[in-house]
Amino acid sequence: MNEITAADQIGFPILSALVVLPLVMLVVLAFLRDQRTVRPVALAGALIELALTLVLVARFRTGGADFQFAEQLPWIDAIGLSYHLAVDGVSILFLPLTALLVVLVMLTSWSTVRHQPKAYLMTVLGFEAVVIGVFAAVDLILFFVFWELLLIPTFILVKVWGTGADRSRAALKYVLYMLMGSAGLLIGFILLGVNHRDAPGSDGELSFDLLALMDVSVPTGTQTTVFFLLAFAFALKAPMFPFHSWMPSALLDGPIGMAVFLAGLKMGVYGFLRFVLPLVPEAFTTWSWLIAVLGVVAILFGALVALVEPNLRRLLAFASVSHVGMAMLGLASLDVQGVQGALFLIISLGVTSSGMLLAAGFIHHRVGSTDIASLGGLAKPAPGLAVFSLVACLSAIALPGTIGFPGEFLVLLGAFRANSWLASIAVLTVILTASYVLVFYERAFHGPVTSPVVDAVNDLRPREAVAALVTGLAIIAFGFFPGSVLETSKGSVDVIVERLDRPVGERAVGD
Amino acid sequence: MDSFSVAPLLALLAPVLGAAGTVALRDRPPARELCGVAAGLVQLGIIVTMVPTVLDGRTVSFTISTFLPEAAIGLRVDALGVVLAGTSSLLWILTTVYSMGYLGTGPDRALARFHGYFGLTIAATMGVAFSVNLLTLYLFYEALTIITYPLVTHTRTPEAAQGGKRYLAYQLGTGVALLLPAIVLTYTQSGTFDFVPGGVFDADDGGPLLVLIYVLFLAGIAKAALLPVHAWLPAAMVAPVPVSALLHAVAVVNVGVFTVFRVVLDVFGTDLASELHLGTVTLAVTSVTILMTSLYALRLDNLKAILAYSTIGQLSYMILGVALLSDAGRTGGVLHLVGHAFAKITLFFAVGSVYLASGRTAVSELRGIGRQMRWTMGAFVIGALSIVGLPPTVGFIAKYFLFLGAADAGQWLVIAVLAVSTVLSGGYYLRVMRVALLESPAPLLAGGSGGDPSVLPKPSITESPALVVGPLVVTAAVTLLLGIAPGPLLELIRAAARVP
Repeated sequence: MNEITAADQIGFPILSALVVLPLVMLVVLAFLRDQRTVRPVALAGALIELALTLVLVARFRTGGADFQFAEQLPWIDAIGLSYHLAVDGVSILFLPLTALLVVLVMLTSWSTVRHQPKAYLMTVLGFEAVVIGVFAAVDLILFFVFWELLLIPTFILVKVWGTGADRSRAALKYVLYMLMGSAGLLIGFILLGVNHRDAPGSDGELSFDLLALMDVSVPTGTQTTVFFLLAFAFALKAPMFPFHSWMPSALLDGPIGMAVFLAGLKMGVYGFLRFVLPLVPEAFTTWSWLIAVLGVVAILFGALVALVEPNLRRLLAFASVSHVGMAMLGLASLDVQGVQGALFLIISLGVTSSGMLLAAGFIHHRVGSTDIASLGGLAKPAPGLAVFSLVACLSAIALPGTIGFPGEFLVLLGAFRANSWLASIAVLTVILTASYVLVFYERAFHGPVTSPVVDAVNDLRPREAVAALVTGLAIIAFGFFPGSVLETSKGSVDVIVERLDRPVGERAVGD
Repeated sequence: MDSFSVAPLLALLAPVLGAAGTVALRDRPPARELCGVAAGLVQLGIIVTMVPTVLDGRTVSFTISTFLPEAAIGLRVDALGVVLAGTSSLLWILTTVYSMGYLGTGPDRALARFHGYFGLTIAATMGVAFSVNLLTLYLFYEALTIITYPLVTHTRTPEAAQGGKRYLAYQLGTGVALLLPAIVLTYTQSGTFDFVPGGVFDADDGGPLLVLIYVLFLAGIAKAALLPVHAWLPAAMVAPVPVSALLHAVAVVNVGVFTVFRVVLDVFGTDLASELHLGTVTLAVTSVTILMTSLYALRLDNLKAILAYSTIGQLSYMILGVALLSDAGRTGGVLHLVGHAFAKITLFFAVGSVYLASGRTAVSELRGIGRQMRWTMGAFVIGALSIVGLPPTVGFIAKYFLFLGAADAGQWLVIAVLAVSTVLSGGYYLRVMRVALLESPAPLLAGGSGGDPSVLPKPSITESPALVVGPLVVTAAVTLLLGIAPGPLLELIRAAARVP
């Protein structure tokens, strides 16, 4: 696996630019005196960022497994740290996704966030910079730094701009959960670095570089230890059953914007795909049964709770648990199509979950609640909102023709090859998903209008309609044309799955 | 031989454009309805141009998107696809005209929505007809479910909501829980999603698993309404008559039967099907379905309910024909798909016409109505003769092939089932004809039993308007014509049924 530098490919360090641009905008906002210009300026920054990520995708060379747009600067040589950014087929698509979600959040929070809008937008921009860093970092310690930095804007956003009464608790709960995994994550990374120094055939240096680490073999015992340390941290973030309980409270009490990021950016699953599968393939293969079982339990558990959950935002949290379970089942299939499906699924969920949460936000803003008891008959006063919600719902139940389908389909293909019993259970829960989504839609949007608040609801405003339209089009377009996404990721996924079949130890000896 | 052409895509897009036009002209009836008619004519034209090619045994393809490396979303037209597409297209045009008479061309925007969804339904049907592989078929199959839901619940009454829910639950539930796993398992077993004449499986690998896959397909294709996944069809009776026509003749059930045909012919192949005794399995299920529904329909008084159960039985005839695994049986099955569509749509159109003119929905209320509505009841008789399988209708020809196929295959039990069910269906259709044609008109009572109480019986019943009567006369005429001169159609049917 090689690297193509940014200098060769595009002539400037585009990934650093993507990290720095939101920070520049953050500083610009800080100096803006006129409150009226704050929102347009922030949005302009987010749009430029989005355009830049699209340039990145357009210049990406598909077909291989190379890391591209690479840039590397020594940081702390003594302990082998470097500032090393690059993207490959696994990570690149998360960049435009992140940029898109930021734009959507800015559009939809335009008139809903009234408290300190400037500070809110600055925090969102800070969050964006850090997330781009998470997805672009290929040095483990650099990744860890971004990963931990993530907690700060998240905590602030939930605590200050949360819409629920319990927002302080929700913010604290989130941070505590994440910190539980952090220590283990760092230890796991250090173990890998030390192993690199001691491994036969290496240059005897500490290194935390993903590419360098993939070239040395890791003894089975170390693999197992590292696997559990990393898996725990990423499972907390995903969130994977049974480590999910921060999510319902964060989605219910946090601001809608943050909920979109938390449910839309499946960084935990990304962590598995980026670090666990390539770096400790043997341990992952050995323990894949555990991941698969937990995945199926999560699918089932999330769907069953969602079925009886009366609040839309909590329902979406459990739906997310269920969807993450599906993605984990795909990874655990150890099959090219299963893993590709898992990757497609988490990217598609970025669009679908955000769509559902944006809809929840529109409802909350209008009715003041997302409890099913206070809804009913929304389609009558707000047909546009109803159509948008329906498209998002259909994608959530993975109907063919929506972006939700290809990922789930590929995961099931892979899962059936790996273990048809687990896969059969997973298939049956698809019906549960269809039930809870459609039952909710039916009760919220159809039926008689019972509340005067619902009766007086406005349909989507222009800015909201733009956000809804973009999301809806993405759902349908990638439902019919998923090929481009799969093509982009194929080369990198192939290499990852190949390593599962043929562990590093054999490679090191054989190559 | 396969050639590339955009014609299949155009046939699929024509109704989409028609629907868009309908919505754009939503406040300008009758232009919005005529938009659908025009799109239908264009579409029919495109389909007809492909007939010579498929008669030659060639196919026409168009790839929409490379969905997975192993499976594109694409279209490929063969004779079987043309049979389904042509039937749907022609009947769509007639149903649109009929709807103008039945639902009116008022300023109501609900009608624009109705015609718009109708067009999208036809597009999804084209997608199924021209699917190049299981994945594409599944995509359009499920799309059809979603698009027809607002049509089933068109009246927005509580009963419609109830019926619609059951419709959706059956369709989506079976689709996701049974059909999708069947497709996935097919792929994991065979390594392909493609339709290949003669089948995709290696006969040696895993007999029991292949049988399981087949059973998943049969139960998962709920649109074919085999027992026990038939209950959605009677539940969908709440819909207005043009929607019933859509479900029973134009699109939905045809798609179901067509999908079973594809699975038997191009996924399993007749050789493997006979080796695994899949034909026998299917014959058992279809025979039970035929007998049960015939018996059940005898007890019913509501006309639409009788027709609904009759449809369930007739669909099983078609599937039975293909499951006989003989040339004549397959010909009969495919021909019945077309013949039944024309006959059943005639019956629904007639029932709608009676309801429009008199507000009556039950057989027992029809006394003497044949004298007041000669055209309508005349067409009804032709449709009924065809369903029962009597000459000179297309239903007779189809049944003749079925009997022939059963005799070829040595399935004497099947012949007995066909004979018994012919007598039974003759029983319930004859009852309608006797009441309507031979008895003298009934004294008028306020509010038909089971009818909409808001529609009082009109003092004197007269024939429905021309926009209603016209289409049903045409469909009845086609039913007769195909019974008298089936020659040209039969050539296409035989190509579709893979008769050498």
